[in-house]
Amino acid sequence: MKRLLLGDEAIALGAIHAGLSGVYAYPGTPSTEITEFIQGDPLAQKRGVHSRWCTNEKTAMEAALGMSYAGKRALVCMKHVGMNVCADAFVNAAITGVHGGLIVLAADDPSMHSSQNEQDSRFYAKFALVPTFEPSNQQEAYDMVASAFELSERLREPVVLRVVTRLAHSRAAVEVGEPLAEKPLNVSTERWVLLPGIARKRYDALIAKQPEMEQAAEDSIYNKVEQCAEAPRLGIVACGIAYNYVKEVVGEKANLLKVSQYPLPAAAVQALAASNDAILVVEDGQPVVEEQVKGLLGAGYPVKGRLTGDLPRTGELTPDAVAKALGQPAGSAFAPAKHLAARPPQLCQGCGHRDVYTALNQVLADYPTHRVFGDIGCYTLGALPPYQSLSSCVDMGASITMAKGAADAGLFPAVAVIGDSTFTHSGMTGLLDAVNDHSPITVIISDNLTTGMTGGQDSAGTNKFEAICLGLGVEPEHLHVVVPLPKNMAEITRIIREEIEYKGVSVIIPRRECIQTAARHAREARKAKEEKK
Amino acid sequence: MKKDIILCGVGGQGILSIATVIGEAATKAGLYLKQAEVHGMSQRGGDVQSNLRLSTETIWSDLIPQGGADVVISMEPMESLRYLPYLAKTGVIVTSCKPFINIPNYPDEAELMAELEALPAVVKMDIEQVAHEAGNPRGANMVLLGMAAPSIEILSVEQLRQAIATIFARKGEAVVEANLRAFDCGVAVSQKQ
Repeated sequence: MKRLLLGDEAIALGAIHAGLSGVYAYPGTPSTEITEFIQGDPLAQKRGVHSRWCTNEKTAMEAALGMSYAGKRALVCMKHVGMNVCADAFVNAAITGVHGGLIVLAADDPSMHSSQNEQDSRFYAKFALVPTFEPSNQQEAYDMVASAFELSERLREPVVLRVVTRLAHSRAAVEVGEPLAEKPLNVSTERWVLLPGIARKRYDALIAKQPEMEQAAEDSIYNKVEQCAEAPRLGIVACGIAYNYVKEVVGEKANLLKVSQYPLPAAAVQALAASNDAILVVEDGQPVVEEQVKGLLGAGYPVKGRLTGDLPRTGELTPDAVAKALGQPAGSAFAPAKHLAARPPQLCQGCGHRDVYTALNQVLADYPTHRVFGDIGCYTLGALPPYQSLSSCVDMGASITMAKGAADAGLFPAVAVIGDSTFTHSGMTGLLDAVNDHSPITVIISDNLTTGMTGGQDSAGTNKFEAICLGLGVEPEHLHVVVPLPKNMAEITRIIREEIEYKGVSVIIPRRECIQTAARHAREARKAKEEKK
Repeated sequence: MKKDIILCGVGGQGILSIATVIGEAATKAGLYLKQAEVHGMSQRGGDVQSNLRLSTETIWSDLIPQGGADVVISMEPMESLRYLPYLAKTGVIVTSCKPFINIPNYPDEAELMAELEALPAVVKMDIEQVAHEAGNPRGANMVLLGMAAPSIEILSVEQLRQAIATIFARKGEAVVEANLRAFDCGVAVSQKQ
């Protein structure tokens, strides 16, 4: 049967059909739709596949590893920067090894469509010494999940599945198969205790598995050679989705090696090099393979790619960039328009974050030396006009800790703005540091009762924020909840002003539901009422 | 045969429902299809686009190459101009002519319209007004799809009508009828221009 699926949905369905027992994830573009699909899938619901959102990528990774220890197949999903958050657990999962199949899905975002960098998760897999699958299309995305679970169980190691935004968010017809049963509970009898004496043995075991991983890539059905007698003597190494761009440009007329399973199949690369005069490496993301191919072929062999400028050093690949690298003319028939302005995203009309920034700007106008440290969410848009309130946005949770460090250095006033979901993801520990140091900072937890930017997923701390802050030691008289609406502006600005003057940790929680989820909830309520009639 | 279509507009204008209808029609017709969408932050009032490729043969790239788009379907006039480098020499722009101004530096409207009108093949109309007159104020995107329908070629107008009926069936007969009315008004607009 064929189904029209996003790349993300193909992965989700592939996982369910491969007998998945649990998906563990924190929302992050472009990975969010995988978990959402599993949450809504009838078979997954019937089977009781775990799919509730996790507090962050590290808790997700560890829970998935626990499910694997118990013998079942688990999937952990995140956007590329989530790999940084779960890196400790991920890298050490390669040392413990796995029991039930464990797939770590990393959705990279070349061109930073919705991200703060374009790091390439294939580096992480190489760093942790585990295999990677990289689908070129939606069908492979579906098929590879089962292959990755099998390889994970055969090698007893986690396997990375890497996609890029363009595949995650592109739709095509996918031939889907019959669902397999879940694995039974089969708890490992091993001890995954990484004390140095044991860890050294496990690390040696991981190293000993490397030839088998390499052989699996050499033999992989997803890696293939295409040859054409009429093609120029330029061997093309096309990785993942880059294969499509190459095919779009050259059709059948190329000598190429498609790479969709790593470690890099070195023998296949050497064979391609031997029958050509130069190699062009086409890969979306960073020049991971290009560097390896250079090392493999030595300084005398010409290797072209992003490092040599034949392809752009940064940004998402496009068929146009690949055409240029292959010497084909640019295809534009029309010059760019003259009457055109950039249209950046902005906070919705009526959004509570708007009222927060209005109040903050009003108060902070009286404090010329102030800085507001921002965080990651819709409210990062407070950095843009008309508010321009924020001086930083670095990583999840950095608002509180950076405000603290700047306050330690003598900055006054130091204000942090963080969303509810980001606060439970990575802000709580930083707040504890600030409380223990009695740092003079004002923390605004702008609580819209959801994870807004990724489309309104449940937020882990909803209804718990006052208890969390008090539990961490915030003084009750310096913890305030307000409703961010224009009519409450006098009260909100008074509280912000008083708390800035307090020389310790203050927390202000402006709380009003995201207008997007509020509208959705109203629609659902109306529908339920109509159905009742 | 292949048709490359760029759908564009401002986040929240509903370009993805147009894509869903074309996708349904293409799937039913047994065509190959790839549709790259924009999710995430840009959906908050920023510019959004979707690359929709339909073909009787295998489609490789999810992205349309520059100079390759046969049709640009736009919910907003300035947004239609954003994709000029992607428009094929013989390509058609089908757009709403009513600006959506949510930025302080929106270009001069008269100059914008002059630039649009100077292009070889443009179908434009105030789709909100047409939808209003058709008794379906929320059906502006279906008016636009109707305006574009004759240019899509790889799918017939009737195949698109059937897809609208399928997609909106779960919302009831009245919604289907209203959307078909909006679509038909759009088709009529394209025939006049």
